[in-house]
Amino acid sequence: MDIEFSVHEQAFRQDVRAFLHDNLPGELSERIALGKRLSKAHQVQWMRTLNRQGWLAPGWPVEFGGTGWSDVQKHIFDEECFAAGAPKVSSFGLKMVAPVIIKFGTTEQKAHFLPRILSCEDWWCQGYSEPGAGSDLSSLKTRAVREGDDYVVNGQKTWTTLAHFADWMFCLVRTDPEARQQRGISFLLIDMKTPGITVRPIITLDGEHEVNEVFFDNVRVPVANRVGQENEGWTCAKYLLTHERTSIGGIAQNKALLTRLKRIASQEVRDGRPLIDDPLFRTQIAEVEMQLMAAEMSSLRTLAATQNGEVPGAESSFLKIKGTEIRQAITYLISKAVGPYALPFIEDELGYGSEPLLYTDYSSAATYQYLDARKASIYGGANEIQKNIIAKMILEL
Amino acid sequence: MDFKLTEEQLMLQETAARLVRDVYGFEHREQYRQSRHGFSDPFMQQLGDLGLCAVPFAEAYGGYGGSGVENMLIMTELGRGLCLEPYLHSVIFAGGLVDQLGTAAQKDTLLPQLGSASLQLAVALDEPQSHYQLHDVQTTAEAVSGGWKLNGRKSVIIGGQSAGLILVSARTSHGVRDEQGITVFLVDPQDSGVGRRDFATQDGRMACELYLDDVFVKSSAVLGAVGQALPALRYQQGRCMAAQCAEAVGSMEAACALTLDYLKTRQQFGQPIGKFQVLQHRMVDMRIELDQATSMTLLAACVADQADSDERSRILAAAKFIVSRASRFVADQSIQLHGGIGLTWEYMLSHHAKHLLMVARQFGDDDHHLQAYAKLLQVA
Repeated sequence: MDIEFSVHEQAFRQDVRAFLHDNLPGELSERIALGKRLSKAHQVQWMRTLNRQGWLAPGWPVEFGGTGWSDVQKHIFDEECFAAGAPKVSSFGLKMVAPVIIKFGTTEQKAHFLPRILSCEDWWCQGYSEPGAGSDLSSLKTRAVREGDDYVVNGQKTWTTLAHFADWMFCLVRTDPEARQQRGISFLLIDMKTPGITVRPIITLDGEHEVNEVFFDNVRVPVANRVGQENEGWTCAKYLLTHERTSIGGIAQNKALLTRLKRIASQEVRDGRPLIDDPLFRTQIAEVEMQLMAAEMSSLRTLAATQNGEVPGAESSFLKIKGTEIRQAITYLISKAVGPYALPFIEDELGYGSEPLLYTDYSSAATYQYLDARKASIYGGANEIQKNIIAKMILEL
Repeated sequence: MDFKLTEEQLMLQETAARLVRDVYGFEHREQYRQSRHGFSDPFMQQLGDLGLCAVPFAEAYGGYGGSGVENMLIMTELGRGLCLEPYLHSVIFAGGLVDQLGTAAQKDTLLPQLGSASLQLAVALDEPQSHYQLHDVQTTAEAVSGGWKLNGRKSVIIGGQSAGLILVSARTSHGVRDEQGITVFLVDPQDSGVGRRDFATQDGRMACELYLDDVFVKSSAVLGAVGQALPALRYQQGRCMAAQCAEAVGSMEAACALTLDYLKTRQQFGQPIGKFQVLQHRMVDMRIELDQATSMTLLAACVADQADSDERSRILAAAKFIVSRASRFVADQSIQLHGGIGLTWEYMLSHHAKHLLMVARQFGDDDHHLQAYAKLLQVA
């Protein structure tokens, strides 16, 4: 057992830190530090910077543009990026569809799509959930019927994050309605410019337009855009979901949030002293920090137990559950720390407005971030579903 | 001991419930929210016309002489409909302060107007550094010829954007955070030197920030004895907390009803999701939290108008604590049980959830009241 980072790993951390210091624009890190909304342009700007450095896709094999880093190095990289306030890279292309294309795609698909993901030419969205298929994803009904070299797709997806910005969607469709639920599903890559696709916004409780409904009306998709075998799409979907779950653990993000909480609690005042010196509030910060410490070790153990590039097993569900609970606990404490200033709902301050601040630079995002964190225990397989997975796969109940 | 409501109370409850049911559908609420004052002026007027705004006031002022129980009945219904009108802050809180502190002339002028809804008031007690501590007042009032000069800033005043007068706490003597030396002033937002910034709140209301820059008010604008306001502020905030608990219970009842309905209708894995035991138990936990909250709300309503005592303060702190915690649990879990649909603007549930999460952000959060209770804990 050795839980210390090696000299090599520590040197790597310094390299990452130096890179971030030199390349991360202050405007971006400031927005992130204050919990404000980010535009697509902000994200693309940062992803292009990472790509120039060759660091955009640490999770990919080197031959396709990966970094060849160990899992510990990837963890260090994540941690430094979040600590510095770098924007999260959009995961739909890089962390979701790319691993599937790499594992199950054809040579042509790899050659076409992977470079375009790295260059940010293509922006992706995920066509999984449907109105009748949420936690029970395999009951999806969107239909694809083969006609010559095309599939004709009809149906509806929902909760499609950033579909309004997307060039492509990776989409689960039913190709065999007779087969048992998880069979008969195929994994298609759909060009969002294809005629017959309608994207309609869903406004969420924080007033934001991030998710959408997507309707398919006789949308023709070339058979060449299917990944994996026909009716074997569930294999791809499962592979991707496990990938998604590990990143949902969000240790590095939670560490950055915790730092933010401490900064806010040091600045806020109660009874003439910093809130962080109020024993009751301080105890609550301590509690969540201990939880995070344990979750970080669990995350490192899970990483260490998997071979490079391999997908962790059902243990990734532990990480998702604890990671989202911790995120919700920290954002709750942030919202509590700002007191009555959790009440104002000032979109101008969350977005790109220029009005003077009502109170502090961090207050307007406090409730917004709490509300935003509610979805973390719903998406990527609700936490209740994660517990079913653990019960079945690990406990064999 | 008798938990039954009187005939009059049942009628009051039914009147409030019917009113809200009739005009407070979700689409209507969205319209009211976007209107000039951020709520429905006609609905507020209706509350006045039917006597509901006069319920807490003595008959001498055209009131009904109602107590905490009557306030509870009305507030529960307003909470169920997520009504945006500043009844709590204007009628109960500000009205209570006028009633307790005002001169006969002030009461004669203000209370009948409040009762008929021809006047709306707001209460400005919080400040950027005060963090729910009513005695942490840095806004100053300096005696000048013929009146007072006010300087300072007051935070997040619900209903302040449309109030005819705002009740402002200011320090007239003594040092920082001293319990003595706090005075309440009636400030007209139109007066010279008063700056206001209006904004929406997370739960769909309107509020404002108040900036006072050498604002002159006449001596007659003082409410109560100079320097002696703190006990009344605490007492009236206590009444207001009891009423706010009732509002939260109404909202929790609505959120629980929507969630239960969803569990029975939403199909996944070939059956209604309410058939899954883990979700049943979660719904049961919500129901238990709601029951605890309801009980504490009743208790708070019964002591809210009693004479000030440690026992009253203990009960009100406990009620606020239990209801704040229950509100958060019901908000979080009703979203979780709904999944994505619970996070959408178009569905009433998310607005209940936001309202319930904001319950703790006014009149002291759960930490505040936990500490208040601990301080008053009876050891033997």
